[in-house]
Amino acid sequence: MTDKVQIEQISFWGLAKQNMRKLSMFIMLGLILAVFAILTKGVNLTPRNITNIFIQNSYILILAVGMVLVIIIGNIDLSVGSVVAFSGAISAMIYNKGIGLIPTLLLSLVIGALIGSFQAVLIAYLRIPAFITTLGGMLLFRGLTYIITNVSPISLRDDGFKQIASGSLNIKGFTIGNYDGLSIVVMAVAIIALVVYNYFQRRRKIRNGFSLIPLRYTILKIGALSALIILVFLRFAAYRGIPTVGLVLFIVTAIFVFITNNTVIGRYIYAVGGNAKSAKLSGINSEQVVFITHVIMGVLCGLSGVVFTAYMNSALPQAGNQFEMDAIASCYIGGAAASGGIGTTIGAITGGLVMGVINNGMSLMNIGADWQYVVKASILLLAVFYDIWSRRKSGLG
Amino acid sequence: MGSNDYILEVNNITKDFPGVRALDNVDFKVRRGEIHCLVGENGAGKSTLVNVISGVFPRGDYEGVVVFKGKETHYRSTKDSESDGLSIIHQELTLSPYLSIYENIFLGNMKTRFGVIDWDACLRDSYPLLKRVGLSEPPQTIVSKMSVGKQQLVEIARAISRNAELLIFDEPTSSLNDEESENLLKLLLEFKREGITCIMISHKLDEVLAVADSITILRDGLSVASYDTRAEEVSKQQIIKAMVGRELKNLFPEKDPKIGEVVFEVKNWSVNHPDYHDMKIVDNASFFLKRGEIVSFCGPMGAGRTELMMSIFGNSYGYGATGEIYLHNEKVTFKSPKDAIEKGVGYVSEDRKSLGLILIQDVKTNITNSSLPKLSKRGVLDKEKIRESAEFYKESLQIKTPSLEQLARNLSGGNQQKVVLSRALLADPDIFIVDEPTRGIDVGAKFEIYSILNEMVKQGKSVIVVSSELTEAISMSDRIYVMNEGKIKGVLNRDEATQEGIMHMALVD
Repeated sequence: MTDKVQIEQISFWGLAKQNMRKLSMFIMLGLILAVFAILTKGVNLTPRNITNIFIQNSYILILAVGMVLVIIIGNIDLSVGSVVAFSGAISAMIYNKGIGLIPTLLLSLVIGALIGSFQAVLIAYLRIPAFITTLGGMLLFRGLTYIITNVSPISLRDDGFKQIASGSLNIKGFTIGNYDGLSIVVMAVAIIALVVYNYFQRRRKIRNGFSLIPLRYTILKIGALSALIILVFLRFAAYRGIPTVGLVLFIVTAIFVFITNNTVIGRYIYAVGGNAKSAKLSGINSEQVVFITHVIMGVLCGLSGVVFTAYMNSALPQAGNQFEMDAIASCYIGGAAASGGIGTTIGAITGGLVMGVINNGMSLMNIGADWQYVVKASILLLAVFYDIWSRRKSGLG
Repeated sequence: MGSNDYILEVNNITKDFPGVRALDNVDFKVRRGEIHCLVGENGAGKSTLVNVISGVFPRGDYEGVVVFKGKETHYRSTKDSESDGLSIIHQELTLSPYLSIYENIFLGNMKTRFGVIDWDACLRDSYPLLKRVGLSEPPQTIVSKMSVGKQQLVEIARAISRNAELLIFDEPTSSLNDEESENLLKLLLEFKREGITCIMISHKLDEVLAVADSITILRDGLSVASYDTRAEEVSKQQIIKAMVGRELKNLFPEKDPKIGEVVFEVKNWSVNHPDYHDMKIVDNASFFLKRGEIVSFCGPMGAGRTELMMSIFGNSYGYGATGEIYLHNEKVTFKSPKDAIEKGVGYVSEDRKSLGLILIQDVKTNITNSSLPKLSKRGVLDKEKIRESAEFYKESLQIKTPSLEQLARNLSGGNQQKVVLSRALLADPDIFIVDEPTRGIDVGAKFEIYSILNEMVKQGKSVIVVSSELTEAISMSDRIYVMNEGKIKGVLNRDEATQEGIMHMALVD
C-alpha cells in the first residue's frame, strides 16, 4: 500500500457511465416530473402539490423501505396491505381509549413486530415459502381487521392523530420573508452537514491512502444534492412548512440507509440474498437474518398503518388494499432484482416517488384510475427491462 | 516441533446418511505444517469427512472424536471452527456474488466499531491479504465479474484473514485451468513455508504427488491407506490401486480406430462476444472430422473452444457468427440447437449441473426429455417406450442408480455425466460434441466414459472432445486441435502429441 494519495484519472463521462445504474432512476424521476410539469402547466410543482405528493405516498414509501429488504433477501411479502389495515385499526382503537399519541404509535410498532415475528417464524424456521406464508397473512389479517372493526370505519376521538399525516412542523410566527423559518433553517443545516460529511470522508480516505475521485466531482455531487434540497425545502417553506410525515419518512429512510450500508445485519441481508448457501458457509446465521428482515417489515407495516389511519383520519376496514403491489412495484422500479441480492433503500424510495408522481400528475390532469393503471404498468415493465438489460451489460448476472 | 506433532486427529468417526454409511470408523491424522492430501473416488467420503472436521455437521451428528490443536472439538457450525483457526475453501465457490471482494473477505467477520461497520478498516486490511494470495484486482470489484480462479483466491484470502492455522481445500483446482492450478499449488507451498497446515482433497494425482507430504486414501467410507511421501516413494499406480481397490492397468481403454472419410467440416468460423459485439471470441477457425474419429480441442481456459462448439451448435453462443459448415460434403446451416440435433449433431455441455441436468427430476426423465417426440404417438407419451429407452441406456452405460426413478441430484458426478450422455445418445447423433466430459469425476468413472466414446466411434460415429486435461486428450484422440485466443494454432496427430508440445503450440507458436 502506498502512502501517496492517488487521484483517479477519470473523465466526467467515465464517472457518469460507472454510476449510470445508480443515477438512472433519479433521471427517470426528474424526467417524469418535468413531463407532468409541462402537461399540467406547472401545477404539479406548486408548493402545495409537492407537499401533497409526500403526504399521499408516505405510507407506501414506508412499506417500500421494508419491502426492499424482503426482496433483497429473495422473498416477497404480500400481507403488508392487510397488516397495515389491522395495525391501523388497532391503533385507532388504542387511541380512542384515551392513550396518548406517542404510546399509541409505539404500541402499533410492537403489534407490527409481533405480526412480523409470527410470519417470520413460519418463513425462516418452519421454511414455508414467503409467498405462501404472506398470502396466508394477507387473507388472515384482512379477516381479522373485518372482525375487530365489525366491517365499519372507526373514527378517532379527536384531531390529534391526524397531525402525524397532515400536520406540519413549524414554530408560530417564525418566518423569513414569506417563507416558513424552520424549513429554511433545516435546509441550511442539511446543506452544511452534507459539505462537512464529504469533507471528512475525503480526509479519511487521504489518511488511509485510498484512491480518490477528483475534487471537482465531489463538488459537483454536493452541488446537485444541495440544489435538490433547496428545491424541495423551498416548496415546503412556501406552503405550510415541513410536513410531519416528511420528518417520519426522513427518519425511516436515514435509519435504513444506515442499516443497509453500515451495520452487520444490513450487509448480511445482502449476503444471504445474493447466495444463501454461501452466506451460511461464511458463518452467517441465515435463518436469523431472514427472521429479522421479516420482523422489520412487520414494524414498518405498523408504522404505515398509523400513518394511513392518520391520513384518512379514521381506520377503515378496507384500508391498505393493494398496498403490497405498490410497495413491490416501487422496489423493482428502484432497481431491486427479483432474484434477490440487489436493491437499495434510496432506490425503493425513488421508485415509490416515481409511481406517486405519476398518480398525482394524472389525477391533476383528471385522468381516471383506468389509465393510471396502464401507465404505471408500462413504467414498471420499462424500468425493470432497463434494469435487467443494463445489469447484463455490466456483468451482474 | 516433533514429527508426531499432530495438529488434527480424527478418531473413529462414523457418519450415517439415510440408507448410506458415508464414513465408517475413519481415523485420520495431520501433522502440523504439512500438506496432507486426501484422495478417493467420488462418494468415498472425503467431503463428508471434511464437513465433520469443520463443523458443517455439528458435534452429535456423528460418532467419534475430532481433536484439533490438542483439544476435542465441539463445533456447532463453521463459525466456531473458523474462530478456532480452521477454514475450508469449498469446492463450489461460496462468495456472495453481488458483493465486492473486500466485503466478501470480511463477510461473517466484519470489522465494526460500536456495531457499525468500519468500511475503511475492511478496505485497508484487504490489501495485504490480496497481495498475499497474488490477486491484483481492486478490492472494490464485484466478485461475480471475475473469473472462477480469481474468485477462489478471494476465498483463500478470506480464510487467511481469520488467522487460519489449518486450511482445507476441497478440490481446489477442479474448475481452474492449468496455469491457475499451478499458481494455486505454489500458494499452498508458500503457506507451508509460513507454517500453515493444509489439507487438500483432489482427484488429480499429478497435483497430489507434486505437493503432498502425506496422503490418506478413502474408499467407500473407510480410510484404506496412508502414505508419508517424505519417507517413501509413492507411485500413481499405488494410489489408484488403493482408491479403486483394483489395479487399473491403464487409465485409458485400448482403441483401434477405423477412420473413414471426412463427415464434418467447418471453414473460417468466427464469432463475437454476445455482449461486446466488437470482441472476437473465435477467430477464423477451420477444422474437419472424419468418420470413426475422436478429435480433441485443447488449449488454456478462455481459448474459445467451448464458444466455438456452442456457436456451431445452432448459434447457442455469441453474436454475429460467420463461416461455413459442411456435413457429408454438403453445405448446411444450423438455425437452432433443435435444427442441429435433427441434422445429426449432438452436443453435451461442460456444465452438467446448470445446463445439462434437471437435478430435481428423476433419471428416466433426464434421459428421455429431449427425445419425447420420438417416444410419443400424436403428442401422447408412450410410457412403456420411455421406460425401455431409459432402461437400455442405464444398462449399456452402466449408470449406477438404485432405480430409474432416482433423482438426478442423488447420483455421483460420474453417473450424472452418463445420464447426460445418454440423453444425447438417444437422439442418435452422427457427430457428437462433448465438452469436458470427465470434469470432476473419478478415475473409474472416467475410464467408463472413455469406453463409451470408443464404442461410439466403433459404430461409425465421430466425436469431438473439448478437454482441459492434456493426458486425456493425448490418450483418447486421433487428432488434437490446439486453440488459444480464439484461433486454431495447429493440429497434432496422436503419435506426435505430447503435453509439452501442445502447451508450446498454444502459448508460443
